[in-house]
Amino acid sequence: MIPEIGLFALCLALFFAAVQGVVPLVGVGRNSASLMSLGRSAAQGQWLLIAIAFGCLTYAFVANDFSVAYVAEHSNSALPLAYRVAAVWGGHEGSLLLWALMLASWTLAVSLLSRALPEAMVARVMAVLGLVSFGFLLFIVTTSSPFERLLPAAADGRDLNPLLQDPGLVIHPPMLYMGYVGFSVAFAFAIAALLSGQLDAAWARWSRPWTTTAWVFLTLGVGLGSGWAYYTLGWGGWWFWDPVENASFMPWLVGTALVHSLAVTEKRGAFKNWTVLLAIGAFSLSLLGTFLVRSGVLTSVHAFASDPRRGIFILLFLAVVIGASLFLFAWRAPKVGLGGRFALISRETLLLVNNVLLVVAAGSVLLGTLYPLFIDALGLGKLSVGPPYFQTVFVPLMVPLLFLIGLGPSARWKEASVSDLKVRLGWAFGLALIAGVGLPFLFGNWSPMVALSLLLATWILAATVVDIRHRLKSAGRAPASFWGMHLAHVGIAVFVIGVTLVKGYESEKDVRMAPGDTVHVGGYSVRLIGVKEAMGPNYRAMVGEVELSEGGRVLRSLHPEKRNYFSSQMPMTEAAIDTGIFRDVYVSLGEPVGEADGSGAWSVRVHHKPFVDWIWAGCFLMALGGVLAVADRRYRLKGKSNNGNPS
Amino acid sequence: MKSRHKRIALIVGGLASLGVAAYFVLNALNSNIALFYTPTQVLAGEAPRERTFRVGGLVKVGSVQRNDMTIRFVVTDTAKDLPVAFTGILPDLFKEGKGVVAQGKLAADGQFAASEVLAKHDENYMPPEAQHAVDQAGKTAKTLKLK
Repeated sequence: MIPEIGLFALCLALFFAAVQGVVPLVGVGRNSASLMSLGRSAAQGQWLLIAIAFGCLTYAFVANDFSVAYVAEHSNSALPLAYRVAAVWGGHEGSLLLWALMLASWTLAVSLLSRALPEAMVARVMAVLGLVSFGFLLFIVTTSSPFERLLPAAADGRDLNPLLQDPGLVIHPPMLYMGYVGFSVAFAFAIAALLSGQLDAAWARWSRPWTTTAWVFLTLGVGLGSGWAYYTLGWGGWWFWDPVENASFMPWLVGTALVHSLAVTEKRGAFKNWTVLLAIGAFSLSLLGTFLVRSGVLTSVHAFASDPRRGIFILLFLAVVIGASLFLFAWRAPKVGLGGRFALISRETLLLVNNVLLVVAAGSVLLGTLYPLFIDALGLGKLSVGPPYFQTVFVPLMVPLLFLIGLGPSARWKEASVSDLKVRLGWAFGLALIAGVGLPFLFGNWSPMVALSLLLATWILAATVVDIRHRLKSAGRAPASFWGMHLAHVGIAVFVIGVTLVKGYESEKDVRMAPGDTVHVGGYSVRLIGVKEAMGPNYRAMVGEVELSEGGRVLRSLHPEKRNYFSSQMPMTEAAIDTGIFRDVYVSLGEPVGEADGSGAWSVRVHHKPFVDWIWAGCFLMALGGVLAVADRRYRLKGKSNNGNPS
Repeated sequence: MKSRHKRIALIVGGLASLGVAAYFVLNALNSNIALFYTPTQVLAGEAPRERTFRVGGLVKVGSVQRNDMTIRFVVTDTAKDLPVAFTGILPDLFKEGKGVVAQGKLAADGQFAASEVLAKHDENYMPPEAQHAVDQAGKTAKTLKLK
């Protein structure tokens, strides 16, 4: 009964979405306030209905209702309660429902927090969000309903993929989806601007906090995903340029460009068309990402064919969203206008270069991700694009970008003087040069890539200090968004330091270890004491006892596991990590290799990873910077509209 | 500077950097593609000698041999068998009779020296390349029978 209520609620929500997508636009056309305000009410009703549907599905998981096909596929009665709840978004259908819930929640937030905006603008934004939601709900109801019954009911479920039975999974997908879906708000604002032809500084000021908030979630989502891969996949890598990862990284790159372009639109009234195009791009890539990952198209073109209805719906939906918005853009963009003028050397130009670099980076990731698909679809053979492609392309694009991060905040709007910049940032660059050349000697090998990266990271940090000092000296204090920007940039520097040092100085050993054997990595000794069997709630594990010591002093014991889950018979490696500010020691069990001689030996992988946690610390600082930027007081000043005057 | 000059400078600069970027991107793409071959194709001599490529199929039952950290096994597409050697730790889902994809180079003795072995995600998940290899071999077998 409960699943049927859920399905019914979804169908009603579909109806509400249609109302929300059409009626406010009619209201704008007829200038009827009551029709326009219907958008808000429909959005709130829709949120309630989707929340009910989501609640029903969660209930089915909690109550182990294996007569629901989706529950039987992704859960098991032995699964701990927390993972049964997380299993709601462990598969295709449920994650789409989560997507729909997130979209409804963002829409609800806009409907509640948009009192200061003109009614017609709110009506248009609500309508666009309603139409997106309609498309999604239609997709769920017609091709991917999570409420389908299984007759006869399964005795027990097939269980959640053990890889996903991890606290990281409980928060990673919701964060990522909050980010993906958040860009729909930026998209809706952009489309509303195109429809009305009104795109000014006030518009940018409304749209900015929403966009930055979405960006914060996406940053956290991507960072968490990378961290999850690091400690659950047992390989010790943090980014594999896997198509699934790329799908989340592309919207991040374009979203980052959008955040910067919006700054120009707000402060200077420039880049208007470009901002709109980026908003469309960020959301389109989010859609592409969600669909590609969840439909299985990326890992296999065959999965596409396995359910042709889904594949065709996806293509049509993407074509409608991207096609309609680009058509609208081509038609209306000339009306929006280009905005303020600026000189060749100015903050605008620097931000333009930033945007071009980020978009080219996103484009090259897109190419590498989709190229194998195209070749396969055309029947030209099968191939894969390896991580070296992405690294080769990324480094030359990121070097100038990192250099600009130091330069941008100190450059003036409209027209900057080169000699002024030289005087102000000269010593920062000198310091960076010394640090870049000198620091690698501290770690051992000197290599040009490490030196260049450390130079750039130090440059960002030093230039940030210079700009903060300058600002405090001239103005006395600075708004929250100023601190947010610098914090996010510091986050980039921290991230770069982490990536550089772990890439440059990590060491990894795959060795055979019998109990009592010792292996040395990066100045640490790792001794295997033994491997014992232990039982978990729904798995049996071989647990290694490993002693970590440095210079003869025992630091701690680590317990890497090799688990075997009962329901799926799937083995799973749980690495044991000793985390530190300056290094991680990472131990994972391979497999028993001593069966023949009875020595009880295992193949063991031991990593020493200097500064690896700085990667995620950097992501966190970036996100924190975004939070500060959103907290800026000026977004909360109501009704004060300023039309493109520089502030 | 006049605004017209500025615009021209921006456009030229933009196009130039796009051109450089396109050059880097296509160059990198070209040198980092790993083509996929089935064991039948490899044994027929279709696979390149000096380049890294991928091979996929099923791990032949009873073929896995361990010698300390080196593992030898046979990848089969049910028609032809290709011996593979790999040193290191295999992924969790590597199992006899299951699908596998290996990336590496062909050694002089006709053995495939794998630098990476992929078998991932899910117990019931078949790497698409491995499925493709088995399907291909199945098709050839059928055509042969018809003849």
